[in-house]
Amino acid sequence: MNKLPPLIFEKSRDGKIGHGLGASQVPAEPALDADLRRTEIADFPQVSEVEIVRHYMALARLNYSLDAGIYPLGSCTMKYNPKINEKLAAAEEFQAHPYAPHDLVQGNLELMARLEQWLVALTGLAGFTLAPAAGAHGEFTGMLIIRKFLQEQGDARRVVLIPDSAHGTNPSSAHFAGYEIREVPSNADGIIDVNVLQSFLDGQVAALMMTNPNTLGIFEKNITAIASALHANGSLLYMDGANLNALLGIVRPGDLGVDVMHINLHKTFSTPHGGGGPGSGPVGVASHLLPFLPVPRVVKSGDKYRVIYDNPQSIGRIKNFYGQFLVLIRALAYLSSLGRENIRRVAEDAVLNANYLRKRLQPLLDLPYAADTLHEVVFSDKNLPVKTLDIAKRLLDYGVHPFTIYFPLIVHGAMMIEPTETESKETLDEFIAIMEKILQEAREHPEQLLQAPQQTPVRRLDETLAARKPVLRWRKGENL
Amino acid sequence: MRYLPLTDTAREEIKKIIGIEDVQDLFKSIPRDKSFFSLESIPAALSEPELIADFRSLGRKNSVGEYLSFLGAGACTHFIPEVVSYLSAKGEFLTPYTPYQPEISQGSLQAIFEYQTMMSMLTGLAVANASLYDGGTAAAEAVLLAVRKSGRQRVLLAESLHPEYAAIIRAYVQNLPIELVTVHADKNDGRIDSGDLQAKLNGETAALVFQSPNFLGLVEDSAGLAAAVHQHKTYAVQVVTEAMSLAYLRPAADFAVDIVVGEAQSFGLTLGFGGPYLGFITASEEFLRQMPGRIVGQTKDLDGKRGYVLTLSTREQHIKREKATSNICSNEAWCALRAGMYLATMGKEGLARAAADSHLNAAYFVRKTDGLAHVRVVYKKNFYNEVLLEIKKGTADDFLAALKKNKVLAGVSLGWFTPTVTDRVLLAFSETHSREDIDRLFRLIGEYA
Repeated sequence: MNKLPPLIFEKSRDGKIGHGLGASQVPAEPALDADLRRTEIADFPQVSEVEIVRHYMALARLNYSLDAGIYPLGSCTMKYNPKINEKLAAAEEFQAHPYAPHDLVQGNLELMARLEQWLVALTGLAGFTLAPAAGAHGEFTGMLIIRKFLQEQGDARRVVLIPDSAHGTNPSSAHFAGYEIREVPSNADGIIDVNVLQSFLDGQVAALMMTNPNTLGIFEKNITAIASALHANGSLLYMDGANLNALLGIVRPGDLGVDVMHINLHKTFSTPHGGGGPGSGPVGVASHLLPFLPVPRVVKSGDKYRVIYDNPQSIGRIKNFYGQFLVLIRALAYLSSLGRENIRRVAEDAVLNANYLRKRLQPLLDLPYAADTLHEVVFSDKNLPVKTLDIAKRLLDYGVHPFTIYFPLIVHGAMMIEPTETESKETLDEFIAIMEKILQEAREHPEQLLQAPQQTPVRRLDETLAARKPVLRWRKGENL
Repeated sequence: MRYLPLTDTAREEIKKIIGIEDVQDLFKSIPRDKSFFSLESIPAALSEPELIADFRSLGRKNSVGEYLSFLGAGACTHFIPEVVSYLSAKGEFLTPYTPYQPEISQGSLQAIFEYQTMMSMLTGLAVANASLYDGGTAAAEAVLLAVRKSGRQRVLLAESLHPEYAAIIRAYVQNLPIELVTVHADKNDGRIDSGDLQAKLNGETAALVFQSPNFLGLVEDSAGLAAAVHQHKTYAVQVVTEAMSLAYLRPAADFAVDIVVGEAQSFGLTLGFGGPYLGFITASEEFLRQMPGRIVGQTKDLDGKRGYVLTLSTREQHIKREKATSNICSNEAWCALRAGMYLATMGKEGLARAAADSHLNAAYFVRKTDGLAHVRVVYKKNFYNEVLLEIKKGTADDFLAALKKNKVLAGVSLGWFTPTVTDRVLLAFSETHSREDIDRLFRLIGEYA
C-alpha cells in the first residue's frame, strides 16, 4: 500500500537547491529601501530536484484519477480527457500575453470565435461569452445578465425560482446577484409541474433556474410550457447546462425557449478537472440579451478579429483578461475531433450507458423515480442494511471511484451514477459486478462495510476533528 | 471514433437488455418536433493528424512569439523549471475530480496543503484557501469577505488598483447594497493620497482595498495605510497582481494588513493568453470561518494516521446554498498544485533570487534611462518590477509601434484601460530578461525619435 510521504517542509535541508537559475547579470543595486525588503522566507522548502520529483510522484500514486479508471460521479460528467488536447494547449504558439497587440494574436482570437460558433450551433442560442471561469461563475454571470436586462426594461425584480433538486451553486449564485430564492418542489415524477410553477409566478419573479436534464437524470419534459409560462409573466428561463452531455446533437436548448444558459467545458467538453479546477463556464444567451454579455467580446470584422472592450449595456467585466483560454483550446480540439459525425453519438452512448446501469442495478437498489433516465440514474439506500456512505467507501477497496453520494437532497441516501459515453460495456460490467458483490457483502456481513475502506493509503478520516481544530498549514514541529 | 469505446455490437446488446428498438427511443421525453435537429452547419470531424495541422495553422497566425516582451500589468513571464511542467502534466494530477473522497485523493490534498502553507509563509497571514479563479475575482471575494465580517457596506477602492480588478469588483457588487468609493492617488508620488484616504474613512467603512505594488508598479506604504484604517476598525485589504513581489518585499503581516489577495500566475503558470491563472487569498485567523472557497485541513484517520481533507465545508454552497460565503465550486486546484510545485522547486533561495532579479532588472533599466530625451520614468522611487514611462514625443501608441517594428513589445499603454491616457506606458521586468535584452530595449528607446 502506498504511504503518505512526509510534507515537503519536513524533507527540507539547508543548502539544497532544486532550481537551475543563472546568476544575475545586472548590478545588485536595489532601488527599494532595505526596510521594505524581506530578509528571508522563513522555513520555505529547500529540496533538490530529484527529491522534488520523487515527492510529487509519491503524491501522484495516492490519487485516483480518470486515467486510472471509471469515475461515475453523477452530474460531474467525468469523461475521458483526450491527450492530444493537452499537447495542443501546451503549444508555445498559443502562450501569448493577454495584452499582446491583437494583430499578433489573430490565431488565438480566431480560436475563441470558432469555439463560440460551435457552442451557438449546439445550443441554438445567439451568442456566448467565454469569460466565466467555471460553472458557478457562469451562473452568476447569467444572473447578472438577467438582472441588467430587466432593469433596462424598467422592471427590476427580486426573486429567482429554483427547483428543490438543484445544485447548491444555483441558489448561491442567484443570491450574490442580488436575488431572493424561492424553492420550487418537484413532482412525483421528479420534474417541475407547470401548474405548480404557475402558483409561484408573480410580478417579482425574474427567472427560473432549471437544470435540464435535472440532477435525477430526468429531462424536464414540460420545458416549452414552462418557458411560455415564464415569458408570459415577464420572467426568463435560465438553464443550468451542467448536464448538457445528454443533449449534445439531440436538442438545442435555444429551441426550447431557454433565454440564458451556462455550459461546463470541464464536463461536457472533456477538459480535465485538475483535481477541482480549472474549469470554464461559457454563458450563452438568446438574441435579446446579447447586448448584456460581459466584456471583452471577440468579433470578426472583414478577415480580421478584433476585441470590443466597451459596450454600454454590458454587465461589465467578470473575469481578468479573456477567460480560461487554455481550457478553450482543449474544448475546441475536442469538438473538432468529434465533428458532426460523432457529436450526437456522445449523447446517445452516454444515455445508453446510463440506462444499461439502471437496468442492471435496479434489481439491487431502490429506484425512487421511474421516469426515463438520460445521462445519469439516481438510486436510494432505502431498504438496504447499510448506508450509501458505506457502499461508497467499500467501492474504494475495489479500486473504483464512487458515484456522487447524498445528492440530490430530495433522494434518501442518494447514489447518483453517471457513466458517460467514454466507458466501454466491459468497464460497466466490471462496475456492476463489483456493486453486486458489495451488496451481497452488505446483506451477509454489514458490519464489515462499516470498516471500509481497508485498502486505501489512509482509512476514513475524521472530518469533525478537521473542522473543530483547524490545522490549515504546516508549522515547524506542530504537524505530527 | 476513438473517444467512444462502445462497439456497434455492444450498443445492440445494451439496446436489447434495456428493451428498446432504436436509440431515439431513449429521448422520448424530449419534444419530438424540437429534437434531432440538423447537424449540417457543424464542421466535419478531423482525424488526429488533421487536428494537429489545423491547430498548427491557427498557431501560425500568432506571431507574438517572435517578440522580446516587457508586457506585464497583471500577467508576467517568469522562468518555469521543467520539473514543474513534467510533474503537473501527470494524469494523476490532471484528471481527478475534486477530492470529495479523501481516502483516494491524498496526493491532491497534501499538495494543496503544502501550497496553502507556502502562501501563508509568503504573506505571513495565518489562513490561505485552496484557490479562487484569478486575481480580479479574488479581489471581489475579498470585498465580500470584508463586508461580511465587518457588517459594514462601504468599501474604499484605491485609484491605483488595476482597472480590470476595479471593474470586476464593480460587476460583482452591482446588485448588492455595497457602496464603492474611490480613494485618489497622489499625482506626484503615484501612491494613495493619505489626505484623501483620511477624508473618506469613517466608522461605516468595511475595508480599504489597495494594490501593492500598485497598478503603476509602486510599493504602497502598507504600514501607514493599515494603521490609518484600523483607527476606524476598517480592514486593510492588499491586492497583489505580481505574486513574485511577495518573495522580495516584507510580508504584509509585518504591516498589520488583514487580507492579502491576488494573482499567483507568476508562480509557475504559463501566460496562456490570460488563463487559467490562480487567484489566492490569505487572511488573518479571525476570517477563518468566513473565508470563500475550499480549504484543505489536516486530520487523522481511523488508525490515527495523519491525512488531509477538505474542511470547514459548512461555509460552502453545497451545504449552505444561498447562505454560503461564496458560490465558488470548481476552483483552480490544478493551478494551485502547480504553483506549489513551482514554489517547492524554486525553493527558499531560488524564489528569492527570481524575485530579486526581477526588481534589479527594473532598477537597472531605470538607472539607464536618465538623460533620454523623448521618454521619462515617471516614478523613480518605490517601484518593484514595473516601471511607468511618460512618452514625451508622439503618443504611447507611436512609441510602442516604433519598438514593435524592431520586434520589441515595450510595455502596455495605459490607453488600453483608459483611452484618454495617451502618453503612458507600463513596462514589466523579470528574471527572464538578460542584460542584453534590457540594453536592446534601451538602445531602441534611444533611437525612438
